This record gives sequence, structure tokens and C-alpha cells, in this order.
Amino acid sequence: MDKRIPNLAEAVAGIPDGAAVMIGGFGGSGAPIELIHALIDRYLATGSPKDLTVINNNAGNGHVGIAALIEQGMVRKMVCSFPRSADPRVFTDKYLAGEIELELVPQGTLAERIRAGGAGIPAFYTPTSYGTDLARGKPVAEFDGRPYVQERWLKADFALVKAELGDHYGNLTYRMAARNFSPLMAMAAARTIAQVTQAVAPGGIDPEHVVTPGIFVSGIVEVANPAQEEALNRADAAHPPARPQEVQA
Amino acid sequence: MTTKLSNAQIAWRAAQDIADGAYVNLGIGFPEMVAKFQPPGRQAVFHTENGVLGFGEAPPAGEEDWDLINAGKKAITLKPGAAFFHHADSFAMVRGGHLDVAILGAYQVAQNGDLANWSTGPKGVPAVGGAMDLVHGAKRVAVITDHVTKDGKPKLLEACTLPLTGVGCVTRVYTSLAVVDIEDGRFVLREKLATISLDDLQAVTGARLHLDGAVGDLIAPEL
Repeated sequence: MDKRIPNLAEAVAGIPDGAAVMIGGFGGSGAPIELIHALIDRYLATGSPKDLTVINNNAGNGHVGIAALIEQGMVRKMVCSFPRSADPRVFTDKYLAGEIELELVPQGTLAERIRAGGAGIPAFYTPTSYGTDLARGKPVAEFDGRPYVQERWLKADFALVKAELGDHYGNLTYRMAARNFSPLMAMAAARTIAQVTQAVAPGGIDPEHVVTPGIFVSGIVEVANPAQEEALNRADAAHPPARPQEVQA
Repeated sequence: MTTKLSNAQIAWRAAQDIADGAYVNLGIGFPEMVAKFQPPGRQAVFHTENGVLGFGEAPPAGEEDWDLINAGKKAITLKPGAAFFHHADSFAMVRGGHLDVAILGAYQVAQNGDLANWSTGPKGVPAVGGAMDLVHGAKRVAVITDHVTKDGKPKLLEACTLPLTGVGCVTRVYTSLAVVDIEDGRFVLREKLATISLDDLQAVTGARLHLDGAVGDLIAPEL
């Protein structure tokens, strides 16, 4: 068994139009920038994939990563908790123009829905959002005298995550708070592709330190020295480097 | 003469009620200031939704590691004994009742403990983040806020008019004028600035302030 994929283009080649794609990261921390940009490059070359549903905590920042994916018009719907950032203009403009759908989910509910999707639990009850606008239309039940809201699992066709070490079996470790949603998304997607800062041979990760066991991972692609979304934004970067509207202008 | 506490002073007052060893979540923005005012000899462990327990202050500019941020996406540092975990574990800490205190900002608080702090109405792009999760599960959910809005309207009300974040969740409110507990569906005044009369405080409060024993002076150092 060897789950290594030789390059980024091959890593994202199987994602079809209309796919639901979970993308790891919280803001820029843990964002798999190179995988996202490879997906954009494929779209620019072939017109596919489009009509994507993207699941992430946020909805992009600046003109790189998820923001760039949205800017290209590849995303039909965002599922997220907080579609705001230092520079949320790409999502905001499309949302206010009615060009992108938004499913707003409380952050802990988003995490648990994804975990449930990966764990084979179709629904669960949570106190979160009870009595608020975000609980509208959802079943409510009382347990030990307190009301709880029913939430459903969330699954995806693909997950794109960023990890630190990855071995040939797909076992992963993460770096600091870049872990966030990625271990959950790896469980909840039919196929999980991880970009890893360093690929190692089996045995290269102490079994005590494995965070995502390889059973949840379909493929790894090595990206040494991955870009940080925050650093790209501070440098006013965009992907592709010339923005679409500037090309048209 | 103190006519109202500054944000730093409100944060200072809230920090005095955090016990040594408490696990604490501070909402993004103004509540983050509470961490600066821990009383000497006490050390709380701070939790951030994106998967860190035991973080410290911001690093100097230029020394940020962008894999190490808080829920407000700001760079942080680690204290010895810090821990990383994924988002489902992080919110298990929240909903599962493992946090001792959550301190949040507010647009409005109602006398029954309802909180509105995530949306000012249907305009623009809605965003909720972890606000609706944080109000459930912490043993104490405290609010720090100015006593009134920027245009002078009460923020402590009989019922919230803005979209709710949670129902019956707030247990104590620290304002620029007073410390108020929420007990049995009513506001109970615990402390007020010595410079404001009870009548004047009631006049800027949108629901009845009840008394239960002596009202202490709300005192905070110059900061």
C-alpha cells in the first residue's frame, strides 16, 4: 500500500462538478492553500470542477485559498459558521448579489455534524441554537428537563486537508492549531486528500502520535514549505496572480 | 470622579471573579482584555474554540506563527502545559460543561438570562461563529458590556429585541455602571458605582433592578 500522489494536479484530478468538498482550516490556520490553488488551476484549464458545495469554518479572506475559489465562480454553496474575515469582499459581494448560497451553522454544531458524518451517527441533539433563528424548522426534544435541537450529520465527497507529517499509509499529524476541523473532515468525506509538509515512510510517525489514522485518508501529496494564507494576504497576493476582473479590464 | 468604568476597568472587575485554576473562554474582541487582569497568585487556563488550551499573550510583531492563532484569528503564544485538540473535542469542552467560565460581549441581555450578541438584524452577511455554542455548558456565563448602547439606550432589558444567541443562559453581567446577577428571571443588583444613585441607575436599565441584601460599591483601579 502506498497512498502517495506524485503531484498536486493529480491529487485534485478526481473532484467532479457538483461535489461537496470539505476544506480544513480555521481562517488561514490549517488551510491547504496549494490543494485549493491546484483545484483553481484545473478549473482555469478545463472549466471543471464547478458548482461545488464547500464546507469550511469561514468563507475565505482576501484573494487566495477559498476566497479565490469563490472568486472564480466555482462555488455554488458555502456551509460555514463565520463568513467574515479581515477581507471578506469576495464572498460578501457574491452573497449580496445572490450568486452564492449560504448555510450558516454554529461552529460547534458544524464540528459535531462533521464528526457525526464520519462516525455513522445520522443525527444528534445539542443545546446550541435552541430558541434562536438558526433552530427554525428543526425538531426539538427534552432530555432531563432541558430542550435540545436535533442536528443532522454532514458528509462530503472529498476532503482537502493540510497536515504536517504523513506516511505512505495516510497516517497524519498536524501542526499546532492548524489541526482544527481536519481530523473530523478526514472521517466524514468519501475521499480525503492531505497535503503534507513532509512525507515519511511507514514507521516515520510514532503510533502514539498519529492524530488521523490512515484508514480515513485516501491520498497524500507532499508540499514542503506550504504557504500561509495570512502571510499571502499580508503580501496582497492573489491566485491566479492576476485577478479575473483585472484581466477583463 | 468616576461616572462610568472604561472597558479595561469592566474587564478588570470581571477578572476578579475568576478563581485560580479555572478553565475560561473569553469571547473575541473586548472580552479578550480580561486575560490581562488576572489577580496576582491566580492563574486561569484559557480555552480557544479553534483547539488550544493554555495559551498566552500575543507574540511581538514579526514573530507570529500563523498556525498558532486564537478564535479571533490573532497570533498567540503557548504557556507551559498547553494542549492542542480538534474542533469536536474543543466544543465538547464547551457544551459538555467542562469550562468554568465563559465571558462574552452583548448587544442585549434580558432579565431571564436571554442573550443577543450575534446579529443586529437581517442586513448584510450573517455570521455566528461559536457564540451560540459558548452560551451553553460553561458553569458561569458572564457578560461584560457598557450599561447602555452608543446612543444611550438600555442594554439590560425585560426581553431582547435583537435575534437571540441563547435562551436563559447568562448568569452575571458586568457593566460600566454595575454588577448584576440574573436569578429566577430577574436582575439582582450586586454592585454599583458609588457616584450613581439607585434611581439614576434604574433609569438607564430597561428592566427592574431587584435588591437582595446590601449593594456593594463597584470599584476598579485606574487602568
